[in-house]
Amino acid sequence: MATIPDIEHPLDGPRELVLSLRGMSKNFGAVSALTDVDLDVHAGEVVALVGDNGAGKSTLVKILAGVHQPTSGTIAFGGEHVVLPDPATALGLGIATVFQDLALCENLDVVANIFLGRELNPTRLDEVSMEVRAWTLLNELSARIPSVREPVASLSGGQRQTVAIARSLLTEPKLILLDEPTAALGVAQTAEVLDLIERVRARGLGVIMISHNMEDVRAVADRIVVLRLGRNNGEFGPDASNQDLVTAITGADENSVSRRAVRRRAQQSPEVRS
Amino acid sequence: MTGNTQPGSTARLLDRSDERYKHADTIGSTIRAFVDRVRSGDLGSLPVVVGLVVICTAFQSLNPVFLAPDNLVNLLFDCSTVGVISLGIVCVLMVGEIDLSVGSVSGFSSALVGVLWVNQDWPVAVAIVTALVLGAAIGALYAFLFNRLGMPSFVSTLAGLLAWLGLQLYLLGSSGSINLPYGSPLVNFGQMLVMPAIVSYLLAALAGLVVFVTGYRMAARRQAAGLSASSLGRMLLKAVLVTVVLEFIVYYLNLGRGVPWMFGLFVSLCVVMNYALTRTKWGRSMSAVGGNREAARRAGIKVRRIYATAFMLCSTLAAAGGILAAARLASSSQQAGTGDVNLNAIAAAVIGGTSLFGGRGSAYSALLGIIVIQSIASGLTLLDLSSSLRYMITGAVLAIAVIVDSLARRSRMSHGRA
Repeated sequence: MATIPDIEHPLDGPRELVLSLRGMSKNFGAVSALTDVDLDVHAGEVVALVGDNGAGKSTLVKILAGVHQPTSGTIAFGGEHVVLPDPATALGLGIATVFQDLALCENLDVVANIFLGRELNPTRLDEVSMEVRAWTLLNELSARIPSVREPVASLSGGQRQTVAIARSLLTEPKLILLDEPTAALGVAQTAEVLDLIERVRARGLGVIMISHNMEDVRAVADRIVVLRLGRNNGEFGPDASNQDLVTAITGADENSVSRRAVRRRAQQSPEVRS
Repeated sequence: MTGNTQPGSTARLLDRSDERYKHADTIGSTIRAFVDRVRSGDLGSLPVVVGLVVICTAFQSLNPVFLAPDNLVNLLFDCSTVGVISLGIVCVLMVGEIDLSVGSVSGFSSALVGVLWVNQDWPVAVAIVTALVLGAAIGALYAFLFNRLGMPSFVSTLAGLLAWLGLQLYLLGSSGSINLPYGSPLVNFGQMLVMPAIVSYLLAALAGLVVFVTGYRMAARRQAAGLSASSLGRMLLKAVLVTVVLEFIVYYLNLGRGVPWMFGLFVSLCVVMNYALTRTKWGRSMSAVGGNREAARRAGIKVRRIYATAFMLCSTLAAAGGILAAARLASSSQQAGTGDVNLNAIAAAVIGGTSLFGGRGSAYSALLGIIVIQSIASGLTLLDLSSSLRYMITGAVLAIAVIVDSLARRSRMSHGRA
């Protein structure tokens, strides 16, 4: 496992505000996917976005990526009010997104995927410079890719995640959005991706990370923002208890998770039952 | 730049730092890597080479005229017309779409050239340009139907197949065919013009030289950037092989009438298309759209524009193929572009190694594939078989080619090569 570089704690001292969402709403027909959501992200900060299925996490990320248009609300990026009509605009401003399905072309090699849509020298591709830059990016992330000239189809899940993250860093973004970066990954690959996120933060980028895995969230997040049914439902530090998070996510002390916990306790010690 | 600046034998190249990856450095390991690739389903042009050897042995033993220089020269004349159409098919297959109307478009453009040039007395160049522009317009129409109305390309082009055939019949009117004047430059180009021997030898040598120079310059740049580069010996070997093979082919054809200029035009179109598909941003985008359309869109590629260029190139090349076919036959007739033209063009691309499933292909697959198809056609004609048998055999060859493609694709997926 690669060593994590020493970094000062990201919340020390005032940090530049990278992104500020105010009053974000998004309706799909009669369904309100997002209602009046606020969100701030600072430079060098990892913000985890958690919530149940249908809480609006992915909708929020897609709005920031320029895939969806908000129904109402404002986006301030780097202190300026911006509109994101399409993915290219978001990318141009410095918002890079790593989607859950990674969106890699399996028939192309690693270099082609990293530079997809941003090839150097369009009429006579500069393969040498692209390959060198790809290796530099991958080495910065301490990635372990055997060859950048093999099609992405031959890579493992963790390696593909690395390629997707390396691609998002190519444009020198200020904010990077990760949608479920550790879902579908094994234990070792998950640890590598979490290391990767810390290295990205150490480079002074703002990171928004969506995850269902509370362990991963607490391992890297500086702040945990909970969404529930499309609304803000609390903000926690990385030291928040599982109980508090689950309560905020499900919206009640009495929920399926707590009921299950009570039931298990009861099964393990039947004499407690009154 | 990590390792290459350090002195001593421990210096490591940027792309050679992972010991898990097998590198083919020697000639022996290159051959082993090739065998591995083929076994995993990455067949490249191997089926074509095997197919050609089988076809040549079979037909040569049945009729010794088959491999005679003059028969091969004729074969190359015939290849060029459908080959150009097939080159367009490669473009649409690259993005995972299909154009079933290329035969009709070629027939329509040959009729148009006949009407405008012979009946209306337009200058021949203007008639040709008009046909090419209309071909591009047909492609633009398909692109509009596909991009804006979401019409699957196989339906829109199937409708086109009928519509353009109707237009072709309408243009030709009751006479049914227009004879193009013998002795005109266009007909000479399609029937007679061959390169002077010295020009054909020089062009073959030039190809070897280009292979060597581009390889050498690439290796020098890679070395300067700290990447692995192929050795001088290997590049020389490759260049010499290319030169020797091409010079032999040219020598053999020059025993007959020589290398047709029309075939030269087809090959140069293939070379240009190959460059565009492999060395430009447009070509990279074509592969990306064919491999994963959504990924390409999210990477900021203008997917609709890529589809439009693919459809337009395809039907423009189909129109060009139709004009060449008219020149070859010295007539624009109701039969032009009908029958097996459509399927031969598609089969050639697939046999040459372009996948029907998108994202994989090469311009040279049109060249190799059409030579296979025309060899079969020429061999069967020499055997004096009826067209009923010819259709059945060509159909079987197409089926085999697609089966090989599907099986190879399945094998590639299980071996981690999309």
